[in-house]
Amino acid sequence: MNRPGTDDRPDRLYTLTSGRSRPSREDLDLVTLIVAESGPTAGLSSELAAILRLCVHPTSVVEISAELGLPVSITKILVSDLLDAGRATARHPRYTASGRPELDPATLEKVLVGLRAL
Amino acid sequence: MDSALSESRPVPDGPRAPLGDRASNGLKIVVVGGFGVGKTTMVRSVSEIRPLNTEETMTRAGVPTDDTSHVPEKTATTVAFDFGRITLDEETVLYLFGAPGQERFWFLWDRLFAGTIGAVVLVDDRRLDESWYAIDRLEHHGTPFIVARNDFGGPRHSLEEVREALDLDPRVPLIDCDARSRRSSKQVLLTLAEHLQTLHGAHAAAPVR
Ligand SMILES: Nc1nc2c(ncn2[C@@H]2O[C@H](COP(=O)(O)OP(=O)(O)O)[C@@H](O)[C@H]2O)c(=O)[nH]1
Ligand SMILES: [Mg+2]
Repeated sequence: MNRPGTDDRPDRLYTLTSGRSRPSREDLDLVTLIVAESGPTAGLSSELAAILRLCVHPTSVVEISAELGLPVSITKILVSDLLDAGRATARHPRYTASGRPELDPATLEKVLVGLRAL
Repeated sequence: MDSALSESRPVPDGPRAPLGDRASNGLKIVVVGGFGVGKTTMVRSVSEIRPLNTEETMTRAGVPTDDTSHVPEKTATTVAFDFGRITLDEETVLYLFGAPGQERFWFLWDRLFAGTIGAVVLVDDRRLDESWYAIDRLEHHGTPFIVARNDFGGPRHSLEEVREALDLDPRVPLIDCDARSRRSSKQVLLTLAEHLQTLHGAHAAAPVR
């Protein structure tokens, strides 16, 4: 796979995001799962196309970042573009620290059962 | 030496193990500790995928950095971290992050690890002072955590001495582990999950406001 982040040229990252430093949405977490809603089409940048191919199955933002070799912040900008264009959808983590909602007992039970099964 | 900071990222090898199509809820646990304390080893021991690594860059005025050669801003700090994954059920997937706990990285934590259900502070009892800052910050953030002492050729101190040196709340679990062992690393995570359950029980028993 083309590994766009590895050439370490800042202008490359700058071009990828058209110079933006923030994503269009603030709600993307490392573990938000992204699902492609359509396949890559001609004209799409190789990075966006690669994300769509990865996200044929639900794939977390942090896995996209690692697989493409792009920093998390750049990945979030690219993923936001796909979400804004309706080409992908996001499944947000149900537990977030904002307002510190309790981890619900059912989810905690899943953690215990899942870990015991390791 | 921390490979995540010093080496270029490995090219993905072999087939990925994709999540099931119903996966919808990601959870986070962070393993925090100094360089070489065994974070990556522990993640690898329990992860269903080969640990992956990536980085986050953040700019902040006046932050001294290690290496600014590949980022345009002079005040950018890059933190590298690795992670693994444990599928809990069809919908729920637990991500384990191995992250440095040094002071100079901590300002990234809010952004990266907010919403973490709990943390494991991994310590080497020859270098306990490296854990003070992380413990302090976790307490400050109110993130539930346990402390696990990794076995580097036999303990230098009793667990009681470690607890004292870390000034650890008596309710915070402190256990021994061997990060190279899947069984031991699993026990560490279970201890954290049981601690969360205990905290939950305590909350549930409190009168509803
Ligand atoms: N003796 C011993 N060595 C360990 C243990 N866990 C990790 N190591 C070794 O310590 C070194 C650093 O571990 P690593 O997981 O890379 O540390 P990290 O920097 O915290 O990610 C590696 O060479 C590991 O093989 C352990 O439980 N016992
Ligand atoms: Mg490491």
